[in-house]
Amino acid sequence: MTTTARTLYQKIWDAHVVDRRDDGTCLVYIDRHLVHEVTSPQAFEGLRAAGRKVRRPDLTLAVPDHNLPTTARRDAQGHPLPIADPESANQLATLKANAPAFGIRYIDATDAEQGIVHVVGPEQGFSLPGATIVCGDSHTACHGGVGALAFGIGTTEVEHVLATQTLLLKQSKTMEVRVEGKLGAGVTAKDVILHVIGVIGTAGGTGHVIEYRGNVFEEMSVEGRLTVCNMSIEGGARAGLVAADEKTFAYLKGRPYTPTGEDWDKAVAWWKSLATDPGATFDKSVAIRAEDIQPTVTWGTSPEDTSAIGGVVPAPEDFADASKRDAVKVSLDYMGLTPGTRLTDVEVQNVFIGSCTNSRIEDIRAAAEVLKGRRKADNVKWAIVVPGSGLVKQQAEAEGLDRIIVDAGLEWREPGCSACLAMNPDKVPAGERCASTSNRNFTGRQGPGSRTHLMSPAMAAAAAVTGRLTDVRELVG
Amino acid sequence: MVPISHVAGRAIPFGRKNVDTDVVIPAHWLKTVTREGLGRGAFEAVKQEPGNVFADPQYAGAPILIAGDNFGCGSSREHAAWALLDMGVTCVIAPSFSDIFSGNAFKNGILTVALPQEQVDRLLDVARTDPIDIDLDTQMVTTPFQDRFAFEIDPFRKHCLLNGLDEVGLTLAQADAIGAHEARARSELPFLARTPATVD
Repeated sequence: MTTTARTLYQKIWDAHVVDRRDDGTCLVYIDRHLVHEVTSPQAFEGLRAAGRKVRRPDLTLAVPDHNLPTTARRDAQGHPLPIADPESANQLATLKANAPAFGIRYIDATDAEQGIVHVVGPEQGFSLPGATIVCGDSHTACHGGVGALAFGIGTTEVEHVLATQTLLLKQSKTMEVRVEGKLGAGVTAKDVILHVIGVIGTAGGTGHVIEYRGNVFEEMSVEGRLTVCNMSIEGGARAGLVAADEKTFAYLKGRPYTPTGEDWDKAVAWWKSLATDPGATFDKSVAIRAEDIQPTVTWGTSPEDTSAIGGVVPAPEDFADASKRDAVKVSLDYMGLTPGTRLTDVEVQNVFIGSCTNSRIEDIRAAAEVLKGRRKADNVKWAIVVPGSGLVKQQAEAEGLDRIIVDAGLEWREPGCSACLAMNPDKVPAGERCASTSNRNFTGRQGPGSRTHLMSPAMAAAAAVTGRLTDVRELVG
Repeated sequence: MVPISHVAGRAIPFGRKNVDTDVVIPAHWLKTVTREGLGRGAFEAVKQEPGNVFADPQYAGAPILIAGDNFGCGSSREHAAWALLDMGVTCVIAPSFSDIFSGNAFKNGILTVALPQEQVDRLLDVARTDPIDIDLDTQMVTTPFQDRFAFEIDPFRKHCLLNGLDEVGLTLAQADAIGAHEARARSELPFLARTPATVD
């Protein structure tokens, strides 16, 4: 009898196929569904209109994050403060009403467990290796960091999962991104993924699920892996994952939703069996030397517009592809950058440390390490640190990190998506730059006319201190 | 969902590459709890650019949008599809689409047609003066100048689009198969099949 060598992705996929059609479309079972306020109202409305219920409310978890202001949630007497923006308030109230009406657990804005869905999932042990996880948000790829097959879906698919706990999908192609070697000082998980996207391009992973392999990912912390997988979508891949290992098991053990006792032992045995078989092949492979990765920033309006911090702003003529040349022209004009300018000469007026990419405790620690004993530059008008969840906030405060941040002149905020997409009041003013640890430097992403430079938490903290894009190795090291 | 078999009319020759869904509909329009009315926010930033195609009255209400490679990348917001529908677009032609956007478009009865770049370039030229015709049944894009460009579409998606089928309804008819999977998971993968919130 022959057995076919399979990849991690193929094993998870095979374990979840409910039905396979002749044309290859599969009905795939979904183990965990995270719901937030922005992409769910129309889905619940659809269920109501059709008289349908939620099939597995116990596999579903609702938490508000996108719209929430990051200023105080309670007044001096401890009463919840109202949301000023009426549309945001309505959308938040809609989730708060919908979740319990359909039997779904709802984590409130004032609960310690509240946070960005992609921080809450792993933190609660809701996201598990080998699970299929969906959420109406493209950064769901994040949960691949614990070895889950996780991807973003649209609102109609949210409704489909609520009603049936399944999705109709075609199996993706497989892609291996292998990074081997030794990362240099100051080079973090964020630099790795920015560099990878710079290499493969924003469409490099389209139609594929990426598995990140090689010693760099094996040695990376689980939180670092979450950062890497988070931005798979910026490389065009709907999902990205890293095989679960002892680090993953240690990270998950004892969390509220993590299995216990006999179930835990069973789970670990199964999780170990999911690793890609020796000899399994990928449809596409990319290999990168760790030594080639420097602290990285973006200069344009596409996440593929990356450069080592020691570089200069490129010229449109530097690009072979004609449409990319046009895009770079538009992009540099929007960014207000002149080709040939050294990146370290670019001044920033705003700093945002947060988002589902970089708001976990290790990220806050990395920023605080740079900020310790330093002050933000005078030309930096607005600098906020937004923890990914109330529990991250508590942990950071227990370690005294909030004091370091506030003493450096940055604001320490309440958890949420915040200035990553500026749906809440946290926006970057038009024409101003932001050193940002988020995931997208799209036109207008952080507010109309905002100019975003993506980077790691340590690099953003360094930019806060000097008031310009900065090689963090000059400050720490 | 409204069945769709044929789209004909003027096409907006946008042509831009890597158009992300933040460009199609910026985040501040996502605070709605309904699907309607998002056309006003569609391509908001592009509409500020001098001489942009959306300001050209000859394309007002055009049912077709022509874009560059990797259309709809970025955020999974289905609002992008709703915004296109609200502005009257029921077909997007591009060399390629992001996976999430093409799924969202399909689920809202928007036909996405992927064609090679040179054929898209030709259609961008035609669109500046003349209408374009897309027939889903024969999977063919035609112009008044005898251009005939065949396109591929997933047979299941084609069937659903032609008949306006609701996927949730179709899947609910497979409740037995879903129940069987759940029963199997409860014994083989109990740690996935249940959470502390599960009531037996």
